[in-house]
Amino acid sequence: MGSVAYNEPMQITVLLFASVAERAGTRRFTLELDEPTTVASARDAILARYPSILPFVPNLMYALDEEYARDQDTVTPNSTLALIPPVSGG
Amino acid sequence: MLIRVTAETLEPGEAIASVASPRAGAINVFLGVVRDNNLGRSVHFLDYEAYPTMAEKVMREIAEESIARFGFEDVAVLHRTGRLEIGETSLLIAVSSGHRAASFDGGHWLVNEIKKRVPVWKKEVWADGESWVEGPESLGMQAPSHR
Repeated sequence: MGSVAYNEPMQITVLLFASVAERAGTRRFTLELDEPTTVASARDAILARYPSILPFVPNLMYALDEEYARDQDTVTPNSTLALIPPVSGG
Repeated sequence: MLIRVTAETLEPGEAIASVASPRAGAINVFLGVVRDNNLGRSVHFLDYEAYPTMAEKVMREIAEESIARFGFEDVAVLHRTGRLEIGETSLLIAVSSGHRAASFDGGHWLVNEIKKRVPVWKKEVWADGESWVEGPESLGMQAPSHR
């Protein structure tokens, strides 16, 4: 990618699941953020909106457009960020 | 490769047929079924939730990895969602393999990786309450032998 425009507003979709969705009382919402943004800064914005999910944060993983992501990964406009509680399928 | 997250009943026959191959000397099938107890509590039923599109994507990655590692001819991985009663199948895996040893080893590896990586969650519902199960360890998946 080329240079990034700073402080440009952008939108992402946030998905919540299982325990976290129940606590927040929502499963999906749109978040406005300034570019550039990382997973960690998006998480801060999510917590500002839904402080009740704070206790879940130490155990959360994140997925960006259906790929597991790290805190420092860049969140691009129109991407989907999912908060993934510890999985328990099978 | 049959990969599916679905609210419908899982049918072993479909998975077995999907992995059939003239090169296979073994087809190994695993059913994960709903148990009536967990960690000393009596379980009424389980409610499974998935991030369906990502779950299928991760299941496919794990299935492809298993083919590379164990030389399977083909793999089927199906996970059910929604309310599941005691005895119903939540996870269905079938692998076809030239020889049986790889089918057992690789089948076990597949189950473990699915439980660790696929974004699916189960809620246990008891007579007097309910709780999301957090993480595969709480189900004893890493216990190496019978307790």
